[in-house]
Amino acid sequence: MPKSTNAPSLGSGDLVHHDVLVIGGGNAALCAALSAREQGASVLMLESAPKVWRGGNSIHTRNLRSMHTAPTDVLTDAYLEEEFFEDVWRVTGGKTNEALARMVIRASETCTDWMKGYGVRFQPSLGGTLHLGRTNAFFLGGGKALVNTYYHAAERLGVKVIYEAEAQQLVFDGKRFDHALVSIGGETHQVSAKAVVVASGGFESNQAWLEEAWGPVSRNFLIRGTRFNQGKMLRSLLDNGAKSIGDPTQGHAVAIDARSPKYDGGIVTRVDCVSLGIVVNRDGERFYDEGEDFWPKRYAIWGRLIARQPDQIGYSITDAKAVGRFMPSVFPPEQADTLEELALKLDLPVASLLKTVDEFNAAVQPGHFDHSVLDDCRTRGITPEKTHWAQRLDEPPFFGYPLRTGITFTYLGAEVDEKARMYMASGELADNVFLAGEIMAGNILGQGYVAGFGMTIGTVFGRIAGTEAGHYAST
Amino acid sequence: MQATETATQRSAAPGQGQRIDALIDEARHNMTICNACRYCEGFCPVFPAMERRRAFSPEDLKYLANLCHNCSECFYACQYAPPHEFAVNVPQSLSKLRTESYRQYAWPGPLARLFDRNGLVTALALAFGVTLLLLIAIALNGGLAPLVSNQHGGDFYALIPHNVMVITFGSVALFVLLALGMGSANFWRESGEGARALGDGKSWRQALAETFALRHLHGHGKVGCTYPDGYHSHARRYFHHFTFYGFMLSFAATVTGTIYHYVFGWVAPYELTSLPKLFGTLGGIGLLIGPAGLLYLKLKRDENTGDGKQLGMDVAFIALLWLTGATGLALMLFRETSALGLLLVIHLGVVMSLFVTMPYGKFVHGLYRLAAVYRNALESRRQGH
Repeated sequence: MPKSTNAPSLGSGDLVHHDVLVIGGGNAALCAALSAREQGASVLMLESAPKVWRGGNSIHTRNLRSMHTAPTDVLTDAYLEEEFFEDVWRVTGGKTNEALARMVIRASETCTDWMKGYGVRFQPSLGGTLHLGRTNAFFLGGGKALVNTYYHAAERLGVKVIYEAEAQQLVFDGKRFDHALVSIGGETHQVSAKAVVVASGGFESNQAWLEEAWGPVSRNFLIRGTRFNQGKMLRSLLDNGAKSIGDPTQGHAVAIDARSPKYDGGIVTRVDCVSLGIVVNRDGERFYDEGEDFWPKRYAIWGRLIARQPDQIGYSITDAKAVGRFMPSVFPPEQADTLEELALKLDLPVASLLKTVDEFNAAVQPGHFDHSVLDDCRTRGITPEKTHWAQRLDEPPFFGYPLRTGITFTYLGAEVDEKARMYMASGELADNVFLAGEIMAGNILGQGYVAGFGMTIGTVFGRIAGTEAGHYAST
Repeated sequence: MQATETATQRSAAPGQGQRIDALIDEARHNMTICNACRYCEGFCPVFPAMERRRAFSPEDLKYLANLCHNCSECFYACQYAPPHEFAVNVPQSLSKLRTESYRQYAWPGPLARLFDRNGLVTALALAFGVTLLLLIAIALNGGLAPLVSNQHGGDFYALIPHNVMVITFGSVALFVLLALGMGSANFWRESGEGARALGDGKSWRQALAETFALRHLHGHGKVGCTYPDGYHSHARRYFHHFTFYGFMLSFAATVTGTIYHYVFGWVAPYELTSLPKLFGTLGGIGLLIGPAGLLYLKLKRDENTGDGKQLGMDVAFIALLWLTGATGLALMLFRETSALGLLLVIHLGVVMSLFVTMPYGKFVHGLYRLAAVYRNALESRRQGH
């Protein structure tokens, strides 16, 4: 990273004599820093981003999935352990550590009160889009407001935070963390502490690593979150003999607007109308059932579907009937009065697109369209079928959104126990290394995603890691 | 639409139209991204009002601009705020558009240009000018001697006859009321609502309650708003209360004084415990504390969240309010001395310039905001939530 003009100036003693070193600056790191302070530990937190970009992927989040046995001020109805766990089981296809997943789910019940204690505010439970008011608590103002609140609390409680401080490497003595090599303002510093919490995210912003995992197709991926998740700490942990968990190609990959920025596109880049029309690839052909299930549930599969298409691009095509039925996205769709014209605007082969639409229209069966249920509008006799919400594409104007794979986060990580302690490949626990957030989420999320669960894992494990690290440092 | 065009044409100077178009585009860019994100919907009524719309006409955007209290919560919470390439900055963009809308609604049109030079210097020059005029008037009336003598025993009217005061201030007040009324009518007409829509009592009750309590500066959970920086504070709301209620009390002092004079025939000076005196003293103190606090916060505020162009106008208004309070209190404290004459003339000069600049300065924000808050109440009631 180039030397920054507003790099922090360090006084003597700023980097040494801390009980707990927290590496990272997002939700999990902040929860860890605050929890370590609750134990009376002195805490140094290193955020690799400049202050204006602090907070990692957490600044793009909006809610946290939370178990509750009765309605609360921020959650409606009830959401019990069994249902929550079933949701996790279903999306992960069983690739989860059940004991850890259940532990997180149970602990999630105490999260919102703990968060409020530090000044975090939530939307009243009646609000909220996507009908998630029952399962998910929405942060007032979203994730950036959340991390701002935590940073203010950390400041108030005397947590030392240094921005633009990028940990490059961890140095171990056997299974004990000794110090970290940290780059601050172009200089490398040796930072030691009694215990370390590593909560520095995944590697999704590291193009070289993505290519290692996915191959050259990853050059066409967009990163929905921060550009600062370079995975350097994950690499260093693995180099030091941490026990790895997860598949480097697994993570949260969604279909987003192809015109989005390379990094930090966040929520507004989602394209919500896939289930209302058809999706074709570069060659104008359909490749998956757009009506398989409700959008929030199927949302996470489309990133991987697009990644497998030629040039890693897709196009969601709808007609006038879809207008007003979905959340607007940040970029206006291409629009045309005929499909030929739309194909030209989207740079799609005209004859192929017309053939695809004709076949699709001919296969649409009569039914009662209802986007709020799995309705009986379906096709018959084409491949792939569209099994719900299938309506003929015949009412101009026609609309098209280009789609690309948007990586939100990765699941490759290091294995932990229920106290957030890190396992070495030997099967022993590291002495003083605690992990939280995306760097260990793969223990619980082997694949797939349920909305708001990343924040739950980050909050629960951040609190545990900070508490345990603080406790370790004081004994 | 017709009203919009005339309002625009009336006050448009060369280049003005382009500037407004650019501001409209900028506000629309912001609102389009906000509408796709919606993380801020719990902060204030601007966001729910935005969500009621899919497209944003210039009229809609100016309404939203006047509904915004510029608390800056949404700026600090925004994942798309600069340096993000989307560069979303709702408070700044709406603030700039709001300033332009003041100019567009102003009546009569040609005087709207006063907004352009509405800095501290202009306001003070005006105060000085009016003071000078009064000095001359008094001098013509009997030489400058009465101004510096203490022979009048604290009697204002020995210096400036009561009917002269009533005629000058009365005619200025009538003009100011007319100008403010026409400006507000322009705002309302442009919003696309008719006169009949003004008759909803429940919406008025809601709007007045929200306005007089400054509810939208409470912050969600009553923690205050992020003004003047990213930390929550009630300071702005408190200082605004001192200012607003200080002004209202000072106004009440004048009104009760007038009633005493005409209805009961009780002529000033009044007892310390009389209503005009009590109102005036409390109001004057409010005007010393409130505007000073607001100015302090304004100078300290994050420049990213405001309209730099508007600062001069804000400072001018704040300064006149503070001077009104300060000279009023000074007048009361030193009325038995030979300073009475000068203090009276200065005080009246300041009050006169405050009056005259009202329709062409920051004062109008109160009226347009109230109208916008009322319209918001009306809209949400129509929607049933």
